[in-house]
Amino acid sequence: MRVVLAEDLFLLRDGLVRMLEAYDFEIAAAVETGPELTRAFAELEPDVAVVDVRLPPSHTDEGLQCALAARRARPGLPVLVLSQHVEQLYARELLADGNGGIGYLLKDRVFDADQFIDAVRRVAAGGTAMDPQVISQLLTRRSQDKPMGGLTPREREVMELMAQGRSNAAIASQMVITERAVAKHTSNIFGKLGLPPSDDDNRRVLAVLAYLDRGQG
Amino acid sequence: MDAKMGRVRSALLAAGRGLVLSVVALAGSITLFVLTVLSIAFIPLGIGLVTTPQVLEAVRKHANQRRLMAITWSNVRIPVPYRPFPKDVRSGFTGQVERTTLMLKDPATWRDIQWLLVDMTAGYAVAVLASALMLYPVEGIVLAAGLWRVYTDDRYWYAFVPVDSQGTALLAAALGVVLFTAGVFLSNPLLRAHFMIARSVLAPTHERELAQRIERLTETRHEAVDTAASELRRIERDLHDGAQARLVAMGMNLGTVEALIEKDPEQAKKLLAMARESSAEALTELRDLVRGIHPPVLAERGLGDAVKALALRLPIPCEVDVELTGRAGAPVESAAYFAVSEALTNAVKHAGAERIWVDLHHGEGALRFSVTDNGKGGATVGAGSGLSGIERRLGTFDGIMAVSSPAGGPTMVTMEIPCELS
Repeated sequence: MRVVLAEDLFLLRDGLVRMLEAYDFEIAAAVETGPELTRAFAELEPDVAVVDVRLPPSHTDEGLQCALAARRARPGLPVLVLSQHVEQLYARELLADGNGGIGYLLKDRVFDADQFIDAVRRVAAGGTAMDPQVISQLLTRRSQDKPMGGLTPREREVMELMAQGRSNAAIASQMVITERAVAKHTSNIFGKLGLPPSDDDNRRVLAVLAYLDRGQG
Repeated sequence: MDAKMGRVRSALLAAGRGLVLSVVALAGSITLFVLTVLSIAFIPLGIGLVTTPQVLEAVRKHANQRRLMAITWSNVRIPVPYRPFPKDVRSGFTGQVERTTLMLKDPATWRDIQWLLVDMTAGYAVAVLASALMLYPVEGIVLAAGLWRVYTDDRYWYAFVPVDSQGTALLAAALGVVLFTAGVFLSNPLLRAHFMIARSVLAPTHERELAQRIERLTETRHEAVDTAASELRRIERDLHDGAQARLVAMGMNLGTVEALIEKDPEQAKKLLAMARESSAEALTELRDLVRGIHPPVLAERGLGDAVKALALRLPIPCEVDVELTGRAGAPVESAAYFAVSEALTNAVKHAGAERIWVDLHHGEGALRFSVTDNGKGGATVGAGSGLSGIERRLGTFDGIMAVSSPAGGPTMVTMEIPCELS
């Protein structure tokens, strides 16, 4: 799998390259600035990109903007965004187009290599990987609001894991229940959120989106 | 037609106000002038020491009342030049003496006294003229209507018209109409002229204005330096007790791991897990610290989005309305962000609100923003409240804050910082 990596700190870039290569990814390019990243997106057609939010030359949210622009040019282009901090505002922007293949994680998540690589693979496969911090912020807010009050505590738990981007199997093992029980919970959740049956992966993205949107109310 | 009526109405209003002013100017100013002169003259006898502060206080009230009229009636702004009393003025007789000397040393006091003289002469004349131009014509009309007959024995003068027949009476009426017309156009400017005269004497001199500005700058600079220093102390303490300590512990753990890795791999593994946890915690602490110094979204996106991101983190639904065409200077953005943040924290913690609205826009050379909640109200600005912290923060940038919070709510905190967008 071909990866484009954008990170301006040499130590982190180097570490990420080594980690990804250890897990049999092919590094198509490892760049350090926004313009370089834009060029890499256009020329290399990677299977997945791992991008830092803040990149030179502006040192603002250049990485995020490049990723959003690349996804506008090629809808569904898998991008995993890494950041020193996570904000719902950015999560919403990344998810806004309703296409899968998006991830938004704290940089700390690379501490757990297995989980991090799992997230990269999930994103590359068209799924989502949302940082638990974004989701937990949402849940504390949600719990006081009515529309989500319809979820049982168990469903809420499933929702939280699903919003992070876990598969049914992963949710089942984490919650120590059967996969069938998880499937039942998820279909209940989709029903309560008013999401019509469709491709399951995409519905998961939509569920997170619905969550984020109701956070506004 | 409506425009004409409006004009006449406003002229009549000005005439009425002129009448009020002429009474206040004559009666008020003469009384106060006499009292002031007497009071100061009696200072050597001791009586003056007791009365002078009161009399001068009354003079200031009288002048401030005129300042208020000037801004509300004619939109003439007369700044207040008085020196503030130092905080440690004693009470009792010594305090009285101290106050007397302080007031007499203030050049503004002597300008007040000058103004009393001007007010009872020129100020009075102009005010009377403003009302007379509208009132005197009434007499002309009444004369023409038949009153002239009462004065047939004796020649009666209406202005420069000798009234002794219906013909001359009509002439008087015609003059009255001319005067009235003049009044319609002149009474408002005359009223304004009255306040301009007052301003020329009452307003602080250029020197005094500069001195006031320096006083204000010194004060805000002290506050800014204090705030910055305590902020640095907080950051140092947080780093020292938090991230730094965790990194030390991590280093120690790693050292132990090095020693144990062959002897006791199980234990080494446990220590490694601990080290990883410490590093994650250190990162979280650093992140919070950074957010407290300069929030990342503010650095990346500017004020509008930073406030939006802030609103998303609140436990209460919060609507944010942003209308900014550019970015303000970084220090201003930062001050505004933390002011909004503080106001939001107050609303969440104390107001018991269910909804919050934030409005953010730039206009007339100032960044204006407000935080409104539908909570229980009763917020006050005072020592120790978070709101006075905001006031200090804004003061450094010549910004201001106003709080409207009646008991029962809603609470609205409005803030303004003069600045340009780029």
